[in-house]
Amino acid sequence: MLGWIDPLLQGVLLGGLYSLYATGLSVIFGIMRLVNLAHGDLIVLSAFLILAASAAGVPIVLACAVVVPLMFAVGYALQTVLLNRALGRNILPPLLITFGLSIIVQNGLLETFSADTRRLNVGTLESASLPLGSGIAVGLMPLICLVSAVAVIVLLNSVFYRTALGRAFRATSDDVEIAQLMGINNKSIYALTMGIALAVCAIAGFFLGARANFDPSIGPARLLYAFEAVIIGGLGSLWGTLAGGIVVGVAQTIGAHINPEWQILSGHVAFLIVLVIRPRGLFPRAVD
Amino acid sequence: MRVSRLNPVGVDEDPRHSSRFSVATATRASTVTALLAVPLILLLFALPAFASRALLQELFYVFTMLALAQLWNLLAGCAGLISVGQQAFVGIGAYALFAFTLMAGLEPVLSIVLAGIVAGLIAVPAALIVFRLRGAYFAIGTWVVAEVCRLVLAQFKQLGGGTGTSLPPDIVDSIVSLDFVRHLFQVRSPAARDILAYWLALVLAVGTLVLVYKLLRSRYGLALSAIGDAEAAAESAGVDVFRTKLLIYIATATVTGMAGALIFLQKARISPDAAFSLIDWTAYVIFIVVIGGIGTMEGPIIGVVIFYLLQYYLAALGSWYLILLGALAILLMLFAPTGVWGVISGPFDISLFPVRRRLMPLSLKESRE
Amino acid sequence: MLETRELTAFYGDFQALYGITFALNEGETVAIIGANGAGKSTFLKAIAGLLPRPASAVRLDGRDIGALPAFEIVKLGVALVPEGRRLFPSLSVEENLLVGAYGQHLDGPWTLAAIYRLFPVLRERRHAPSTALSGGQQQMVAIGRSLMSNPRILLCDELSLGLAPIVIRDIYAALADIKTRGTSVVLVEQDLVHAMSVADQAYCFQEGRVSLSGRPQDLTRDAIHAAYFGL
Repeated sequence: MLGWIDPLLQGVLLGGLYSLYATGLSVIFGIMRLVNLAHGDLIVLSAFLILAASAAGVPIVLACAVVVPLMFAVGYALQTVLLNRALGRNILPPLLITFGLSIIVQNGLLETFSADTRRLNVGTLESASLPLGSGIAVGLMPLICLVSAVAVIVLLNSVFYRTALGRAFRATSDDVEIAQLMGINNKSIYALTMGIALAVCAIAGFFLGARANFDPSIGPARLLYAFEAVIIGGLGSLWGTLAGGIVVGVAQTIGAHINPEWQILSGHVAFLIVLVIRPRGLFPRAVD
Repeated sequence: MRVSRLNPVGVDEDPRHSSRFSVATATRASTVTALLAVPLILLLFALPAFASRALLQELFYVFTMLALAQLWNLLAGCAGLISVGQQAFVGIGAYALFAFTLMAGLEPVLSIVLAGIVAGLIAVPAALIVFRLRGAYFAIGTWVVAEVCRLVLAQFKQLGGGTGTSLPPDIVDSIVSLDFVRHLFQVRSPAARDILAYWLALVLAVGTLVLVYKLLRSRYGLALSAIGDAEAAAESAGVDVFRTKLLIYIATATVTGMAGALIFLQKARISPDAAFSLIDWTAYVIFIVVIGGIGTMEGPIIGVVIFYLLQYYLAALGSWYLILLGALAILLMLFAPTGVWGVISGPFDISLFPVRRRLMPLSLKESRE
Repeated sequence: MLETRELTAFYGDFQALYGITFALNEGETVAIIGANGAGKSTFLKAIAGLLPRPASAVRLDGRDIGALPAFEIVKLGVALVPEGRRLFPSLSVEENLLVGAYGQHLDGPWTLAAIYRLFPVLRERRHAPSTALSGGQQQMVAIGRSLMSNPRILLCDELSLGLAPIVIRDIYAALADIKTRGTSVVLVEQDLVHAMSVADQAYCFQEGRVSLSGRPQDLTRDAIHAAYFGL
């Protein structure tokens, strides 16, 4: 029995990382009904940007402090220049534009950084762990990651539910036509949304790079985990997305515990099962 | 919008409101195309008599990509089911072919057909799962299904596991009529294999065009345009939306599976990453359809030609080539979403494959009879 | 103050308005009547900026506003209370009201407290989800939401649709109160009695065109009937 606690715990911590992947995706879809197929690649891009900064001698915490607002700006620009033009009733243009973007980012990273796997250097934090008793310990980095995931959700929720801007976001998400009648510029809202999403991607990129090896090609897999977390959690709820991330994480670690080759497959299978028995997810919002 | 004038008794005397109409689809351009198509196809069949092996191999690639593009266009452009997971059926078809030939010793052409059927069967549970999602999430759902297929098949050690396996020459040579071809063209086995593969690819391409054309002109095609315009309205008009979409999904999966089987028969080598490659079987296919003109049958034909030329001249650029394709796709979507065919044919409303129905009023004389 | 000149509007290829010429003077209430599909709601949406229209077809205080997007038009003081209420389902009553003030750049009498004085029942239900209210109460929220931007011109689309007569009476009483603050009102209504009783001018729309216009007291019942149905 005790042998299962460790994978379970690792799964929950992994869920924190997947939740960070998924939060940006969830916000974009909630407000804009857009899915960014380049989402995973942008997380990887963030990791590479932090890597480049720290290779240039910048301390890693400072590198993050720079890359997060930088990615916000990238998201804002991306939405304003490209995606705001393509939004409409037809879902194909934004889908294909972000698909094209995904290919551009992946190959751009390949050309710039080569296909070698990298790792972010976080010094002693990498192997530090917190003992929990009974011989079980949790890694400090994964724990900080989970805490960050929760902190991001708390921060976003407080913006959405306690500020005037947050009301504007929610109104746009509900009914973009009428939101405009309130004086809300939907294109600005969309640009801010994309900026926020990519800023969260930057945070996710940091934890991705700190905890595992990364290379330009791993973006699409992150997109799939993020997507699965959002669907399992249920559309419209950030806490649901966290829960979804944990479900995927736990499914993967338990699958890996049974057979290491089954790790990724277990996550996908868990997703398909939830899709079949609870298509609206585990914690859907009443209003869609 | 004119209001019709009724005379006091209420009889409609407006000759434009004739109660007899006929439905026409043929256009001048389409009739010309139909006349030219037959000799063209015959010419293509006769090509092995005077074309080089290299040319036949290039055309093999063109024809198989054309088939895949027509199928993706039917699914996404006409039925609105935008899938980025069709590589699932390419891979399933390919692996089914390897299983049938390697493990069951069946003849290759028969195996291609059976592989298609296997892909079609797997499409049923896949559809029941992914149809629970809509729009962009449907797209990613199909991708997840493809990934599951890839990961599951990578577990099968009998078919090479994660690294894959090859088809030995004697298995490939067991293809029907190989000896006949060898003697007909006075060539050795490898060349004969290429000729047969080429013919099969031509049959696949033409067959797919005919299938898509017939489907779009059938009542299913009409149902699809209705669903595309306004799904709820179509449903209330009696269109069984779910069944129509399911049928299209299974049909495209089946033929996609056959294409995958043929492609990998010709390669004679398979691996999970190659069989389920997103870039080869989805990204390139989508690019072909989009640059040609989505939602039309003419589009993928133009698209595959353009794509082939780009591939031929620029593929050596490696990552930069892919970056270029990605940038082209973005520019297309922003500035020319109807593709090259849309730009050419738009102002003139030409249709080589006429699938739109037009209401033609019968002349007054005819309607009074 | 507000005028349209040969205003046309399309939904895709379908033409809904065929050149509407219309004028609203300061402090006036204008009623627009007509059958379903006559283009009345389309007209209001076109003024509010929700539909594309020719740049010079809509003028406010002598200035062309046809090219402005909807969120800019609100800031100029033209607010639309949309047909069917269309409250924001994920916002509470109070949040719906507050979001109405989002683009507010004008000062005026309408604050949250003032809206609650106008519609006391909303104060009791301020934290309820907006969808939990009755039709009449939702209409009050919709009106209040539009008032929060302190508009000079209030465009009202079918205020009485689906409401019981006693509720309609309350809504129109509130409308009278709003008018006393100097707000100009354009009222699209199927309820002829109420519309004509509060209006200074009336226009009748029929199949996208103005079929009759004038002061309500000058229009005979037969004339209205004919203009309404296009006979």
